[in-house]
Amino acid sequence: MTVDFRLGDDQRALQAGMRTLLAARYPREKLRAAVDAPPALDGAQGAPEAHGAADPGPDRKVWRALGEAGFFALRLAEKDGGSGLGLPEAVLLFEEAGRALLPGPLAATHLAAGLVPGAADGTRIVTALDGPGVAEHLTSSDAVLLLTSDTARLLPMEAGAGPRALRARPFRSVDPLTPLHRVDPPPPVCPGVIDTSADAARLRREAALLTAAQQLGSARGAITLAVSHARRRTQFGRPVGAFQAVQHLCAQMLVRTDLARASVYAASLTEDPAEIAAAKLLADSAAIRNARDCLQVHSGLGFTWEADIHLHLKRAWVRAFQWQSTEESEEFLANELLMDAAEENAPDVWWGTEGGENVLA
Amino acid sequence: MDLSGTEEEEAFRHGLRAWLRETLPKLPPRPPATDWPARRAFDCAWQRALYDAGYAGLHWPSDAGGRGAGPTQHLIFLEETERAGAPYVGANFVGLLHAGPTIAAEGTAAQRARWLPPILRGDEIWCQGFSEPEAGSDLAALRTRAVLDGDSYVVTGSKLWTSHAEVADWCELLVRTDPSAPKHRGITWLALPMDAPGVTVRPLRTLAGSDEFAEVFLDGVRVPVGNRVGAENDGWRVTMVTLAFERGTAFAGEVVACRRTLTRLARAARANGRWDDAVLRRRLGRLNAEFTALWRLTQWNVSEADHAARTGGSGVPGATGSVFKLRYSEARQELYEAAAGVLGPESLDAGRAWTADRLSSLSYTIAAGTSQIQRNVVAERILGLPRAW
Repeated sequence: MTVDFRLGDDQRALQAGMRTLLAARYPREKLRAAVDAPPALDGAQGAPEAHGAADPGPDRKVWRALGEAGFFALRLAEKDGGSGLGLPEAVLLFEEAGRALLPGPLAATHLAAGLVPGAADGTRIVTALDGPGVAEHLTSSDAVLLLTSDTARLLPMEAGAGPRALRARPFRSVDPLTPLHRVDPPPPVCPGVIDTSADAARLRREAALLTAAQQLGSARGAITLAVSHARRRTQFGRPVGAFQAVQHLCAQMLVRTDLARASVYAASLTEDPAEIAAAKLLADSAAIRNARDCLQVHSGLGFTWEADIHLHLKRAWVRAFQWQSTEESEEFLANELLMDAAEENAPDVWWGTEGGENVLA
Repeated sequence: MDLSGTEEEEAFRHGLRAWLRETLPKLPPRPPATDWPARRAFDCAWQRALYDAGYAGLHWPSDAGGRGAGPTQHLIFLEETERAGAPYVGANFVGLLHAGPTIAAEGTAAQRARWLPPILRGDEIWCQGFSEPEAGSDLAALRTRAVLDGDSYVVTGSKLWTSHAEVADWCELLVRTDPSAPKHRGITWLALPMDAPGVTVRPLRTLAGSDEFAEVFLDGVRVPVGNRVGAENDGWRVTMVTLAFERGTAFAGEVVACRRTLTRLARAARANGRWDDAVLRRRLGRLNAEFTALWRLTQWNVSEADHAARTGGSGVPGATGSVFKLRYSEARQELYEAAAGVLGPESLDAGRAWTADRLSSLSYTIAAGTSQIQRNVVAERILGLPRAW
């Protein structure tokens, strides 16, 4: 092989299969029905138990359909009921999930596929808590993956018991389809927790990458929405997409998305921690910025509840905080610059070249 | 998707590294930025060294004097030479990256034999005569006239932003041969000898204080018909091949250089205490992500071009080059702004080498198609939005 970013035939088929599945199982009508259902905006008031009733959770039928299609078991060995595929394939599937705005702790359940019985086939929903902080879908999940920088533990439980077990406090999530709980530090020691031998650092990196892939999908989805609106909507007797001011917004959406895509795909191949941090950082920015620009292209319509754009933006905000946040990614990448061993003894070319003096000396 | 090199590519990489390790320490010191004849000599000597070692024209077809390697190998060449701190292509830029590839793609066998070997050997320098005072972003509006007279075109007009004109032997010149045709259809591509009677070069001082640009005045200059590449009035298409090259891989090495500059900046910030500034530190972290991704995007574009070449396509990077150039040019400007943050008041010292680089970077969002034009290209050709007005 040579350096090649093009998808292979099998990868293309996998991607198409996921699109077909989502179109059938999670079409836009289903997304809108969930968003517009009255209990979706559950209140922060009341006890966690009361909150539980208000969180219908991710659609279990969709979850099982994903399980049957191998979404969660994708990277398990074939002898363990998986497909034996790798991160590049997982990234493609998560990208499609992000584009369809499929809610739920997809990355956590995918990572728990070899750890929690039922996660692989989609019969159990597993959420995660990365250190103290915010957990999604805590009420509706069947287990919680508790990660710190060096430990990976599991808290299996009856559905609905999560908030009480972790002494978590619900708050009204900005994303109508991602219920959130705050878990204060230090993470409580709770009964029933099982230690695992899983490599916590690896799980966190993979979660960051799979989350980046969802952000990438959302960013690409926003381009599709913006471009189709700009072609259709007419003002001053022309499609608004014929105005350079609108064109340039759309062009910038593509630029940041292509950068993020190259970064996410490359990181899925190298699994390099710095490349994963770069992928998360750029995909987070692409998802958020694209939703904002898409909103602007839609003008007044973009500000309505009825348009899907705010769903992209709100999900992007949530995902940007999950796993590696913007701040964490930037700090990691800054420190990585100091680690570059190849540069330790390199000749000072840039500083000294033509002026012949070295400002650093 | 795959990022691993073939055995052949890795062997090439190792051979190149060994050669660079041996060769670079023996190079003479680089001449001052203002000494153009010395810079030409230095750039040509470096090109000659590459030629003698078999590294010139790697990805050019073998019947154009090249080595017939794929774009991927060319990319490895750019990556490794930049990593090793080898000299920049310099005055050979137009010959190697614009004029040469155009002649290789569109020239006759005789034209390729005449012009390509001297480019590869570093014997002849080319400059680019495209832009005019009234034809910048709207390049096709160019007005420099060429009238056929016997076996020569008689050329009259003027060109602007002609880099390296003072030391160039040849100019890839766009002229209007049919003023009555629609503007894109009356243009012809000529190779102009810079020593022809009627050619006047006037240096143009840039805001960086340098004079690598020039205005070129053409007053009844006779250019033999044999110097025309492609058919008469087909120059626009011929030119587009060149410009696509320019946006494709021309800046690949510089992405590597920017990443290296960033590591130096980080070290400098740690040494002078600015590293404690979280805003600055995080800015450097984000630029690390940007340049890492720009390098991957370059590889992506090249792998597409590589594939196209192998399956009978042109192997010329297309509109995706515009996506790359848009982000690269701005990220590079941001890099210098971050550098100013690291250096503090030192950044006001015009005597420092980096100040010239910072000032030069202001041209990146303008040269080779302004960012605004690139956004039009992306919107119309990739996203399929209606033509702007």
